[in-house]
Order: sequence, then C-alpha cells, then structure tokens
Amino acid sequence: MADNPNGRNYPEPRFDTFVSKATSRRQFIKGVIFSGAAVTGGGYLLSLGGCAREGAPAGGVERLLTLNVNGQMRPVDVLPHETLAMTLRYKLGLTGTKLGCDRGECGACTVLVDGVAHYSCSTLTHSVRGREITTIEGLEGPNGELHKVQQAMIDELGPQCGFCTPGQIMSAVALLNENPTPTREEARHALSGNLCRCGAYDHYLNAVMRAANGERVSQA
Amino acid sequence: MARDMMSAFELYQPDTVEGAVELLARFGEEGWALAGGNDSFDWFKDRIKRPKYVVDLGGIAALKGIRETQDGGVEIGALTTLTEVERSPVIQNRYKVLADAARRVASPQIRNSGTIGGNVCQDARCWYYRYGVNCYRAGGNTCYADTPEGQNREHCLWGADRCVAVSPSDTAPALVALDATMVIVGPGGQREVKAEQFFIGPNIDIERMTVLEDGDVLTAIRLPAEWSGARFYFEKVADRNTWDFPLVNIAAAMKVSGAGGAETVDQIRIVAGAVQCVPRRLTVVEEVVRGQPKTAETATLAGQSAVRGATPLNFNHFKIPLLQNLVTRAIRDA
Repeated sequence: MADNPNGRNYPEPRFDTFVSKATSRRQFIKGVIFSGAAVTGGGYLLSLGGCAREGAPAGGVERLLTLNVNGQMRPVDVLPHETLAMTLRYKLGLTGTKLGCDRGECGACTVLVDGVAHYSCSTLTHSVRGREITTIEGLEGPNGELHKVQQAMIDELGPQCGFCTPGQIMSAVALLNENPTPTREEARHALSGNLCRCGAYDHYLNAVMRAANGERVSQA
Repeated sequence: MARDMMSAFELYQPDTVEGAVELLARFGEEGWALAGGNDSFDWFKDRIKRPKYVVDLGGIAALKGIRETQDGGVEIGALTTLTEVERSPVIQNRYKVLADAARRVASPQIRNSGTIGGNVCQDARCWYYRYGVNCYRAGGNTCYADTPEGQNREHCLWGADRCVAVSPSDTAPALVALDATMVIVGPGGQREVKAEQFFIGPNIDIERMTVLEDGDVLTAIRLPAEWSGARFYFEKVADRNTWDFPLVNIAAAMKVSGAGGAETVDQIRIVAGAVQCVPRRLTVVEEVVRGQPKTAETATLAGQSAVRGATPLNFNHFKIPLLQNLVTRAIRDA
C-alpha cells in the first residue's frame, strides 16, 4: 500500500503484472497478425489482461480465424467470448469504432456486417466469420477521399463533440446503401439506434439529407 | 463489481438443430442457447449469468427464413431477424400486426441482429433482477420491487406471485393474438405448444418465462391461416420511442362483417403485454366485443372491461388508464 497525501491508502497499481502479461500477449498477437496489433494505452492493456488471464476452456470454436475487414483478409486470434468491437479496436487497431455503453444502448460501436448496421459491442466476433465487415476506416476512397456522408457531416457541421459520429455515419451509410433517396423521417428512423449526448440530432439529419441530395440543408 | 468483459466460455457453433439440441442436453445447466445475443450479452457482461458453454444457434440455416405452409399459414424460423419479419411482404400483407410489433422493438441495429425467437424467449427486465440481486426469480426469497419503496412503475397489474415482473416482448402479444404455434425441439423430439401456453408465470415456475427447459430449442413459429388478412391493431407505449421496453402494448386481431358505419365484430383476439408476467389475453374484452357493432360505445365498454380486477403496485397505477385507452383505441381504430 502506498502512502497518500490525504491519509488514505490505496492499493498500489500493479503495472508490472499488466505489462508483462500484455507484452507476451502482444508478441503472440504480432505472430498472428501481419500488420501488428495497435494496442496502446493502460486501459486497453487492462482490458486485454482481463480477458487473457481467465483463459477459455478447451474445445468449441477454433481461435485463429480470418476476418474480412474493410476488404482486407485479416488473420486474428479471437477468444470465444470476444465481441467484434474488442477485436476491431484492440486486436486490429481500428479505433475509429467507438465503445460507448458496451451494452447495445448507444450505437457508438455501429459497424456494417454484409452492409447492414450492427452494434459491434453486441456481436461475437466468431459469429461474423466469413462475412464482410465495414468500419468507419473502410469508407475512405482509393485515394483517401472522404465518403460522401463524411463530407456532408463536415459541410453541415454535423457533430459537436464527435464521439458518436462514426456510429452515426455507419448507420447513415447503411441507410443510403439500400435507400439512396430517403425522406427526413426515414433518415430519422434509420439513425434512431444512435444516441448523441450533445443532442446534435438535427445536424446529423441535415448531413444525411445533404449526402443523399447533394444540396445544402442548413440555413446560413 | 466487474461489469465489462464477459467471463470466458466455450463457444460451439453447430449447423444443425440436432447438433444444437445434443450439445445443450449434454451441457444442461452449464449451457446457454445464444440467438441474437442482445439479451444474453447483458447477463454475461454483468457477470450475473456465467454459462460455461455457449451454443450459438446463428449458424443453423434451417432456423432462418419465412415460408408459407401447405395449410395456408406461415412458418417463421426462430432465428429470423426482427428486421426480416418487419419487412417480409407476406407478413406485411397477411399478418400486419406482427410486422408492426417487430418494427417497434428496440432500435434498428438490435432488430438487425435480434431474432423473433430471442424476442419471445428474453428474460424479465425487472431492474432489481437485472442488477443481480438474490430475488425470488434469481432463486432467492425476497422481491425487491414489491416493497413500500420498491420502484415498480414498470411492473405488473395481474398475476403477482412473489415476483411482479412483466413480459417485456413486443412480438409476444402479437403472436398470441394471431394464435401462433411454437415449435420446440428437445432431447425427446419435437413438440408444438400454442403461444398462449408457451409463456408461463411465476405461479408455474418463478425462474423461467417460457416452457422451454434445458436442452430445448425453439425452432419455428407458425401462424395459422385462420387469422391471415384479418383486421389488426398494434400499439406500444414506452418512455422512449427507441430502445425502450413497453410500459403497455396491445395487439388485436379481429374479423369484421358489414361495411361502412354498420360493422360487426365477429371474431376477436386481443392481448396486452407488460401488464403481467405472460402476454395477457383479454378474454373479457373478447366476450364483450364479439357479435357487437364496431362502434365507439363498444370500444369504450371494452376499455372499461379490460382493466377489471387489475391490482396495481405502488407506482404503476398509471398503467390502468393506459391499458383502458389502448384497448378502446384497438377496438375503435382497428
């Protein structure tokens, strides 16, 4: 226990444990993923440490699998109880997908599975084997240009703080893929599974309508 | 309390119903049947339910899809997503009450992964139970909701028996209204149960919401030809229009003869959700309305009869006029 200025004792942080576990795990993952795992930051190490320590019992699904993410085949080692959000963020380094509630109640983690919007926090990675996963990173064009929904978000000042924006954009892309000319009401319905705590809903809807019509929506 | 990562489990992904049933029968109480996962993962992440073996039914093709049957009805595979149910032309044209109910479940993303089987098999949403306290439903000997200060505005009006939780499903009342049949495959083979008998209250088993036992898999839901193309009504009232579970929902199917201002209700099934542990079939309303002219007076009478015998808890008195109004509207506007 370390002494604290205000007289209370707190357990000493056990960085050694996390670092050593995480390091060996990182090396292991690097052997599996050709691109290397973008695992940084104490919180992430903690998460991985938490799931690595327990260790799943043997049997059941094969842990090594290849995921089709943003058009690339990515080999990755996935625990049986791992969610797609965890795999994308902490194994594949695709941190554009946000984790808000981790309970399917906010929409920040929305990704496309075969073109359909899903909460990646509430999807087991093993259940999307062989399916096409698209994250916010996968929307950029061949020369790095923004997707029309992303550009419209900028043009219409869609986001405020921006944390829910990747999820909002993925829901909008899923909508426009199947209905290129939605009404504002249809767009509202399609984005109803994405919370925005800044309350920028109308701005997001402006952006979706602009992406669909190519016309300015907001008043100058 | 660790409320983030799920505890480790062994994951199985069978591709046949037989394989799934065999696995679940082998694992017994340590096993868990997983459909869309939207309900299951809450339990797992909160570490309140910690199954050792999870059997993912999502890879079983035989459990998916909507088929018209030879007897003129429709069979819906239990793993068909709510979005597929909502958008199916045959459901929209012939059993619109179910399409309307499916559309009101949770949020678009949840409907994209959530299944109709999972929606009817989901567990109670009582927040004390979900918090992981040792209540009656969790195997303990206390109800935290039905106490002087217990927060029970979302709880039951009927059927309290130690537990006061309600049926949280939007599709369940529609299925009971349509007189659907649930097809269950278990270690002993296949059996069929009417939707009305599929859901059970705490007086029968306080730790389960349905007749499903360990090793059982709900494989399909059959809608009879009898109610195809009938006159329907569905309405759900919740605190929020997205995500939220119903405070009360109402599903009605009726056959009407006559035309214009002189219609008569010949047959009717009307069911309310979130007022009892099972979808509550309002048989009194059916008796009041059957054979009567479909008028505002009949509708008012129906609403009054619907709430007879309701026993509210401390904070859910509002559900009585709410249910009364929903029934009135269902009869008047269907």
